[in-house]
Amino acid sequence: MMRPRLERRLAPSAAARWGGYGVAISLALGMGGVVFLLAGADPVAAYAVMARGAFGSLHDVSEVIVKAIPLMLCGLAVAVAAKIQVWNVGGEGQLVLGGIGAAGVALFLHPYLPSAAVLPLILAAGFLAGGLWALLAGVLRAKLDVNEILTTLMLNYVAIFWLEHLYFGPWRDPMGMGFPGTAMLPENAWFPRLPGTRIHPGIALALVAAVLCQVALSRTRWGFEIRVIGESPKAARYAGMRIGRTILWVMFLSGGLAGLAGMAEVSGIHYRLQQGLAVGHGYTGIIVAWLSRLHPVGIILTGFLIAGLLVGGDQLQTVMHLPSAVGLVLEGTLLFFVLGSDVVSRYRVRWGAPHP
Amino acid sequence: MAAIAVRLKGITKRFPGTLANDGVDLTVESGTVHALLGENGAGKTTLMNILSGRYQPDAGEIVVVGSSVRFRSPKDALRSGIGMVHQHFMLVANQTVAENVALGLEAPRFLLHRGRMEGEVRRLADTYGLPIDPHARIADLSLGEQQRVEILKVLFRNANLLILDEPTAVLTSGEIAGLFATLRRIVREGRSVIFITHKLEEVMEIADQITVLRRGRRVADLTPAEVESRRELARLMVGREVVLGVDREPVPIGDVVLELRDCSGSDRQGHRAFHHVSFAVRRGEVFSIVGVAGNGQTELVSAITGGACFTSGQVSVFGRRVRAGQPFAEERVGYIPEDRTGTGSVAGLDLTDNVLLTTYRRLSRRGLLRRHAARRQTEELLARFHVAAPGPHALARQLSGGNLQKLILARELSKRPRLIVADQPTHGLDIGATVEVWRELLRQRADAGILLVSGDLTEALSLSDRIAVIFRGEIMGVLSANDSEALAEIGPMMAGVRQA
Repeated sequence: MMRPRLERRLAPSAAARWGGYGVAISLALGMGGVVFLLAGADPVAAYAVMARGAFGSLHDVSEVIVKAIPLMLCGLAVAVAAKIQVWNVGGEGQLVLGGIGAAGVALFLHPYLPSAAVLPLILAAGFLAGGLWALLAGVLRAKLDVNEILTTLMLNYVAIFWLEHLYFGPWRDPMGMGFPGTAMLPENAWFPRLPGTRIHPGIALALVAAVLCQVALSRTRWGFEIRVIGESPKAARYAGMRIGRTILWVMFLSGGLAGLAGMAEVSGIHYRLQQGLAVGHGYTGIIVAWLSRLHPVGIILTGFLIAGLLVGGDQLQTVMHLPSAVGLVLEGTLLFFVLGSDVVSRYRVRWGAPHP
Repeated sequence: MAAIAVRLKGITKRFPGTLANDGVDLTVESGTVHALLGENGAGKTTLMNILSGRYQPDAGEIVVVGSSVRFRSPKDALRSGIGMVHQHFMLVANQTVAENVALGLEAPRFLLHRGRMEGEVRRLADTYGLPIDPHARIADLSLGEQQRVEILKVLFRNANLLILDEPTAVLTSGEIAGLFATLRRIVREGRSVIFITHKLEEVMEIADQITVLRRGRRVADLTPAEVESRRELARLMVGREVVLGVDREPVPIGDVVLELRDCSGSDRQGHRAFHHVSFAVRRGEVFSIVGVAGNGQTELVSAITGGACFTSGQVSVFGRRVRAGQPFAEERVGYIPEDRTGTGSVAGLDLTDNVLLTTYRRLSRRGLLRRHAARRQTEELLARFHVAAPGPHALARQLSGGNLQKLILARELSKRPRLIVADQPTHGLDIGATVEVWRELLRQRADAGILLVSGDLTEALSLSDRIAVIFRGEIMGVLSANDSEALAEIGPMMAGVRQA
């Protein structure tokens, strides 16, 4: 009987994967076009507005880079954990904790520190706070086998409530005229900015982190253990690897990366703890990681593109009076089609009877 | 002669790298319990999965009550009156017994009358002596009770042929008696039962007909009356083919590399798996442990290699004590695990990474992997061991079973081991690959002592210097492979007779 069947490929070909990407992006843009039509806008004009809004001028590009920094770091956080089959969806909370840690050190310890030590110290504090926050879920997972998807997700809410408590309560700026938020950080805790833009060294942090992650995963003993444990815990045990301990370290690193994102936001953009720190970068990081198929260097590229999508989406609101959520819709469709193409590229269509 | 319920003709099924069934014929008469006997990997479950519609055969024919059928799914098979109870139950844990029985029924289509369903299940359970509370949740039931639910599911669909895959593995001896009573009741109605097992006692107790499978082929059809001894059945199961072309010249015997002293241990459920096991393996010899599967070999190997604990006794490797429950990363030990796809290799990683799996500590420097060295090493191993593979970048899952096993062997031997633990090293391999693995193991005797665990008597006889027979976790005796008179004892010892 001649019927089409899906047959699993043993190894997806490179051509199939890149082709899949192309098809997925075209389909996502097509779907987005349908959304624009439904909203009563001309799709071509809308895409043009988005493109101009995101990449039309150097200033626009600089804003895209600023937006991309936390997305890249949070994407890396998700990817390193996913490599060992740990689903850290708590990037948001770890980012918040990173911000709290950095701001706390800057606000309360800076009088006792030499000026040059403040930035390195709050950097470390951000990493440590995010890492320890993730480690809470990591310990529960490694020791008691508690599902980390639930714990990391729920810890997000705890972290956000804690953040709000701090800037509404004990850490609120007494001179702030009643606005919720902490006092401004001392200037020696600010990241320097590229003149005329808001670009801060967080971008260097993200690039270095991506390269280090890539090298660690592909070149080091530790990365090898991570890959084996992620693919097959049974084989890892056979090879004498210590699974629980490795999971803890990975969780710490993952949370630390998200914590760095929080630190960079506080020290590079807001200069204080206030509303606007927890705006979903941690969740978007999940999308960035999976769009890049967990590849660290890919995350840099994808983080930049998604940031462009979001910045461009904001322009739709001002220029065409469309809801800025269109950017989010596009982000969602893109993820849907790219993950779909990932599955499809692992199969091929065959005609005819099952192969023996 | 009784009516024929089902007839299989020339069933052949191939999986990548293995021939699971090779032209198997099977005839099941109505009103009989038909035992399907064979070692692990003999193809029993595959054959029954074909009969119950889960797999489609590559060749062959299924005839049910006189007419040829083709099943595309288990549902098709059930419509023809064939139902299977799998070894791993397929029940919804948080639903009740009655709901599980109702699951997938064609009528009623939408609304389930819970009370009526429970009543019907209870009536059926009483008829066949399967005590069960239809209202109980599956998660609260013991494995024995869950099995009863699986049987009820099949009976409820009015199956004429009931297939049970190793049903006694999860039962206590009291439950086994109950199950056998139920099976007798079922066949008395003119229905038939196919009973998959590798336990000889059970076959002799319950079966009306016996078919023995070995390496995918049917090797014998007989009735319990025709079986002269359990020993004969055991020999049919594990085979005693002509010893294939491996020459085994003696090698000078050296130091003790592995010693077990009075070791006992239990399986994951905490049942006693082996006890009072003592033996020593010296450099230059192959010491093998043979026995019918499930007599404690798995747990014993696991304890020796550090994957599981032993409850008492001690193991020493190269004269040093091995700590219980400590994963085994000793550089000079080669371990070829039974599960080559899940444990011995990582399907989604490439061959270089798979070579690194147990050698990465040596192939790294200051925390960095020496990737070039690893790739060279992999290329070398692929060539030297004739592994048919596209290259070091191929994924492990692209290799056939035999080539994967050769890669694992190559990797373990590249550690220049002084002790080799090989657990079913040629299980499921074709003759060519089998002989290659055997030759390589024998060559290693110059430097290493080899512990071989095998369910294949031919293999044990071809390779071993000494053979220990294990039964219910105890060593029945140790025989010298040169003593042909003593070797006649292997059969009875595998069935539980101690060495004279």
